[in-house]
Order: sequence, then C-alpha cells, then structure tokens
Amino acid sequence: MIPLLLIIPLVFALLSVLLPRLPIKAIAIPGLVLQLIASIQLSVHTYKHGASDYALGSWEAPLGIALHANGFTVTLLTLTAFIAIVCAVYALIYLKRYEHEQRYFWPLFWFLLASLNGIWLSGDLFNLYVGLELLTFSAVGMVALTANKASLQAAIRYLFAALLGSLGYLAGVALLYGQYGTLSIQEIALISTSDAPTQVALALMTVGLLMKTAIFPLHYWLPPAHGGALAPVSALLSALVVKASFYILAVLWLQLAPDAISPAAAQVLGALGAGAILWGSWCAFRQPDIKMLVAYSTVAQLGYLMFVFPLSIGTSAAAAELAWQGTVLHLLAHAFAKAAMFLSVGTLVLAIGHQGIKDLAGVSHRVPLALFSFGLSAVSLMGLPPSGGFNAKWLLLQSALSSGQWWWFIFILGGGLLTAAYVFRVFSVSFIEEARHKFAPTHWLLDVSALTLAAAAILLGFVSQWPLTLMELVPGVQS
Amino acid sequence: MTLWLEAFNTDFWYAIVGAVLLVLALGAFITSRQLIKKLLAFNIMGSGVFLIMVGLAQYQHGPDSVPQALVLTGIVVAVAATALALVLIRKFVLKGGQP
Repeated sequence: MIPLLLIIPLVFALLSVLLPRLPIKAIAIPGLVLQLIASIQLSVHTYKHGASDYALGSWEAPLGIALHANGFTVTLLTLTAFIAIVCAVYALIYLKRYEHEQRYFWPLFWFLLASLNGIWLSGDLFNLYVGLELLTFSAVGMVALTANKASLQAAIRYLFAALLGSLGYLAGVALLYGQYGTLSIQEIALISTSDAPTQVALALMTVGLLMKTAIFPLHYWLPPAHGGALAPVSALLSALVVKASFYILAVLWLQLAPDAISPAAAQVLGALGAGAILWGSWCAFRQPDIKMLVAYSTVAQLGYLMFVFPLSIGTSAAAAELAWQGTVLHLLAHAFAKAAMFLSVGTLVLAIGHQGIKDLAGVSHRVPLALFSFGLSAVSLMGLPPSGGFNAKWLLLQSALSSGQWWWFIFILGGGLLTAAYVFRVFSVSFIEEARHKFAPTHWLLDVSALTLAAAAILLGFVSQWPLTLMELVPGVQS
Repeated sequence: MTLWLEAFNTDFWYAIVGAVLLVLALGAFITSRQLIKKLLAFNIMGSGVFLIMVGLAQYQHGPDSVPQALVLTGIVVAVAATALALVLIRKFVLKGGQP
C-alpha cells in the first residue's frame, strides 16, 4: 500500500506530460479517487497494525529509499488526498477559461502530490530534502502558470527563497551525516547528543525550514506567490505545501534530537510565531485586495504552528501532549479552512471580475453560497465553536495554562480577535445592497467544492478524536 | 603550527573550503540584486554544501559511498533548479522585468 501512494501520482504525472492528447482532465478524478482509497486503506492498516516500513525496490537503507508510515503520516496522506480531489474538481471548472495554463496545470498538480506524499512517507533526512526540492519545483511552476510579469516575479522570488531554505537544510544534513554516519531519522533519534555539530546542524536546518514555511520575518515571498496564483493553486499552496516544511521542522525538533534543543530556543520560535500572528493579521487588515488578504491570513495562521515548540519543549508530558494534539488539529483545520477560503474567494472574484475588497459590494445577494463558504471557513480560522479551529486553539490554550506560560495564552486568544477584525472587513462590504459591478454567473460545482472543504473544517470540530487517536500511534513523538 | 596543520587531513580541508565557499556565496546571494548573479551564487553555495558533505563524512568515517551518492543526487537537483530559474528569469525579462 505504501508504494502505491507514490506510484499513482507519478504515473498520472507522466501520463499528463507525455500523452497530452489523452483526456488528462477526465482521468485525473479517477486517479485521485484511487489515491484517496489507497490513503484510507493505509490509515486503516496503520490503525489496526501500527506503523509500517517499506524498502523501495527491496533496497535497504542507506542506499535504498526507506518509506515509513505512522499515525501522523497517514493522517497527512489522507488530508492531502482529500484536499487534492476537491481542488481538482474546482480546477476542472475554473481552468476552462485558461486553455493554455490547463495543459501545464495537471502534470504539475500530480508532481506536487507525488512530492507531498514522498515527504510524508520519507523516513530519512536526505529523501526529505529531495521531496522538498521537488515540491518547490512543482509549486513554483504552478505559481508561474499565468506567465505574466507579476506572477513570474512572484515565482522567481518564491524559487530563490525556497532554494536558499533547502540549502540551509542540506548543509544541516551534511553535518548530521558527518556526525552520526546515518541519515535515518529513527537511528539518529536513538544516538543523538547535544554536542556543537548537532546544534549547528539543527540551527541551519531550522532557519532553512522557517524560510520555506514562511514564518515571520522570513515570510516576504509568500503573499505575492499565494495571492497572485490561480485560485486552485493558491488553495493547494496554502493548505498543503507550507505544511510540508513545518512537518519536517516538527520531526527534527520533537523526534530527531529533542535533547539538543534548549527551552530558550523553543521560546524564540514561539516568539516568531507570535510575531507572525501580529504582523500577518495587521497586513491582512490593510490589504485592499481580497486574495492578498487571504494570503496574509496564511502568514498569521502559520504562526500558531510555532507554539508547539515552547509548549512542548521543557514542559510536563501532559502539556506537551496537549500542545502536540492542538498543533495537529490546527494544521488540519487550517488546511481545510484556508483551501475553502481561497476557493470561495476565487469564485467571488470570478463572479465580480475584480479583486478589490470594495468591489465585493452586493455579493451576499448574488453569490451567497461562495460567501457562505467563506464565512464557514472564517469561523474555523477565528477559532469559534464548533469547528476544528476552536478545538485546536482550546487544546493549545490548555497546554499554555498547564505549563504556566500565560504569555502564549494572550497571543492564542488575541490571534482569534485579530482574525475576526480582518475577516469582518469582507463581510461589512459584502452585505451592502448596491452592487458596483455586473455579476457573471458561476458554475455550481465551484460552490460545492468550496463548501465541502469549509464543512470539513467545521466537522473536524466534532470528529477531532479521529486524527488524535491515529496520532497516538506515533512512536517517539511526545506522549 | 605545522603540527596543528597535520591534524587536518585533506578531507577536512575540503569541508573547510566548502564552508568558506558557502559563506562567501551566501553573502553574494543576499547582497546582489541581479537575478543571474543570485543564481550563480546559489550554485556556488550548492558546491560548498557538497564539499562539506563529502569532506566531513570522509574525515569522520573514512571513504564512504553514501555521501557520494547523495552529492550526485544533489547535483541533479541543483541542475534542475538552475534550469527552472533560468526559464523563469528569461520569461520575466521578455515580459519587461529587470534581470
């Protein structure tokens, strides 16, 4: 089951590149269904039998590629497959207006999925590097799809930032290999110490990964790339791509070398997260363009992910577990909600033909479903009950209280209020009766796909126990 | 002085030179405004990292095939990145962007 999750997207990627005459749009959906089934089956298998390993082509590590599936990775695999299928349905309709871009979208889309699955499944540091790079290439390609001056500039900026980030990561890998003579995360976790080379390596890798995750103040490349891309691309980038580098960061800090990290360093990361929440929300509040508002909202929401480090390093086991669960839920809820938000904003922009927030006047009458999905996803982003976002923030708050770190409590609560501030800017305009523009009719499938994701973000509030139960099967991560 | 130097074998020098290259190129990457210069700096940084990777591993563990395989993969990735960047920069300049 594990190799299938790499083979399916790669086969479809190659088909879409090599045989463009095939109906690549039509076969994408069955391919995605296959991938979803494979990830669900792997989840069930992991739930019943625990974590599993697979040596690709029977080549054992270190020369072969070792794949590893545990409770966390199967959750991410299923999340990826689900969001991908909804975005694909949306893209089928949305990209009809982009005949030229469409030909390149589908191969890049499949390569993106293959590299994401590769990262979730990878059990060694170097494969993670290769996965990160492949992910960057397909994501940059997708940002540059429309090939106008602005999108090319955003893509170049994104590419350079990402390349710099991965070199930092690779330099860390070189130091770790020099130190321990192995690349396997599980093996290094057993023998890692807190000596100088390990700490330098972790510092280099951390800076590189913060750059790729667009954590304040290294977020400068994200808003133009995510805000300028086509709607389904923005959704995939904000929901999944930035989470891949965060995932690696979390594995490094919590699993690979927890002893090498001082609580002070963890506090610094938490402070960066707090800075991201404040600065991202402030910028989102000031954007005149709705897509840029959503992009800056991603910068702010990514800040919450950083709180896992101060809340789980140097604290009690109970606080650490709460922090970890809250972070995982936040990752899932943000993925659903932000994908839904970008898709619904894409529909709104399509209907109005303009991107300015002041142009949204009248959408509550003319495009009510898209605005409703936007509202539902905003509920989860703000952390209002009942939603996945609420449960995530609740767990984080509890963790902050039980570890006695009240300062994070303020930022977690305040972030929700700031989110409300910039989201209500959109609502205050959209309920104005008088429309500024003529409205173009939009396809119902666009609304349905955005609504599905927004509903998933809310429903996560009711079934939070599912991913958390799977999570408990993770060996080595705080429990 | 000579004794101190002898403690470092060739492999260690590779790693040192790699680190120096990495730092110099990082400086160039951050300070230069031209896209092509940035790309060249990125390539030199990559070479620095590869030197560290092979040199340090051989210094610590003797001749080793794994870092060589890694560097080979790394070079392929760097070539692909350079190609992608060149295409993007070329398109950008054709659309009237500043190279």
